[in-house]
Amino acid sequence: MAIDLEELVEDFSFFDDWEARYSYIIDLGKKLPPMPAEEMIEENKVRGCMSQVWMTSRVEGDPAIMRFNADSDAFIVKGLIAVLMQIYDGQSPADIAETDAMEALSRIGLESHISPNRRNGLVAMVERIRADAAAQLG
Amino acid sequence: MSEQAMSAANDFYDLEAIRADFPILQEKVHGHPLCFLDNGASAQKPLAVINAMRSVYEECYANVHRGAYSFSEQTTFAYEQARRKIQAYLNARSEKEIIFTGNATGAINLVAHAFGRGLLKAGDEVIISEMEHHSNIVPWQMLRDEKGIVLKVAPISDDGAFRFDEFKALLSDKTKLVAVTHVSNVLGTVTPAKQIVEAAHDMGAKVLFDGSQAVMHMPIDVQDLDCDFYVFTGHKLYGPSGIGVLYGKEALLDAMPPFLGGGDMIASVTLEQSTWAELPAKFEAGTPPIVQAIGLGAAVDYVSSVGLERIARHEQGLLNYATQQLASVDGLRLVGTAPAKTSVVSFVIDGTHPHDVATIVDQKGVAIRAGHHCAEPLMHRMGVTGTSRASFGMYNSKEEVDVLVSSLQKVKEIFG
Repeated sequence: MAIDLEELVEDFSFFDDWEARYSYIIDLGKKLPPMPAEEMIEENKVRGCMSQVWMTSRVEGDPAIMRFNADSDAFIVKGLIAVLMQIYDGQSPADIAETDAMEALSRIGLESHISPNRRNGLVAMVERIRADAAAQLG
Repeated sequence: MSEQAMSAANDFYDLEAIRADFPILQEKVHGHPLCFLDNGASAQKPLAVINAMRSVYEECYANVHRGAYSFSEQTTFAYEQARRKIQAYLNARSEKEIIFTGNATGAINLVAHAFGRGLLKAGDEVIISEMEHHSNIVPWQMLRDEKGIVLKVAPISDDGAFRFDEFKALLSDKTKLVAVTHVSNVLGTVTPAKQIVEAAHDMGAKVLFDGSQAVMHMPIDVQDLDCDFYVFTGHKLYGPSGIGVLYGKEALLDAMPPFLGGGDMIASVTLEQSTWAELPAKFEAGTPPIVQAIGLGAAVDYVSSVGLERIARHEQGLLNYATQQLASVDGLRLVGTAPAKTSVVSFVIDGTHPHDVATIVDQKGVAIRAGHHCAEPLMHRMGVTGTSRASFGMYNSKEEVDVLVSSLQKVKEIFG
């Protein structure tokens, strides 16, 4: 895996109970940079059964890196988006395409949130991040 | 025994014995006893259902209506006996009026095809309500787009009650079908079924009820209701998934063309043409959900042995207690407070999203549903994007209501 996840794994290793872990995730969500209102439109919505997620991506710089804006109406989902941003935001399309978020999140005990049986928009968001990266690779 | 003692004995609800019949209730989730409050999505199964299905597979399984050999005869007998059990459960006049489908969605689509495409024409009107599950909206929209029928929507009030007068004003001689829920899956609202039938019949319209959220909470008598169709799914009635029921009046089912063509639904087939089998086979093409139907038969036996009136009394007690206790959660607002309700509480909590709520209470072993509940138009009507929903079944207890309420207090703590 090209993206270094050690720091993230270490951050989460401090929590020994679910409450502390969720509180931390919720805090991360609160600190997530707000998505520009003009981007929170139907077109950028990733549909989920339980909560809504909006997401946009763009390419910057040379060599190219990918930047993302994302938001959700659910706080825990927003926090998980912040975790995904720590993994994917600012990385190269090639590294993103190579990085399996499920594996990354399983290392910090959050894999159940993006398993395909959770229709919470987050699963679709990960798919879109990787599809956008793959599109850059042609 | 004195009359009073008799009545007390009849009132006695042995919750512990009932819970013991459901093996899954012994399970733990995240180290906590399972507190299963998502019965509106799907109910757990009693041993009677599990054993009935298991014994078919272990002792006499074969395809139905086909073989001359002993196992096929035994399985066919059990399958047809399940049909008679459902007939009795709904008090249908004849077993020919009970069609097995895959689920309630399958039953509604059967009616939309066979009745809708077969007997309706452009300009005919179908009335649904604002609180339908998507399964009772989408088939009619598809029919509208294909046949040019007109789809009208009966409104509800802010508390989630069915507005009968407004509904009545929508009826005309163009109305051919009223397809509404008997009980709302989100709000628990019980619609005035008998009045709806009377008003619709006065205009010559047929009536279909989606009883998926009703059949486990109250006795249903389709002859007394006089409805033309009544559909429900098996898995919410403590039966297996993969089985649903369409009740239809015999004359109406006879007049309808078949929906799916295939084996078991024909009288004769030549390469030029075919003739249809008699009811109910006409609407059961292909190998049916055999063991699921037998499981559903065992489920209605079980529910009947506990007694629907007693279940209803127990669940209404839970509903009242939950309604009262949830009021103690700061910032919680109930969505759906119609006077006639089943044991369902939908709610929103200030400063939290339903998905957050469901995620946190899961950590306490509490299973509730969050989201739009496959009823997006209703969410829009109630001014929310989603709700959290606790739906109580026959095996739930007041202690579990307390667990729900204390886990919601935890939600408040975490989200501040």
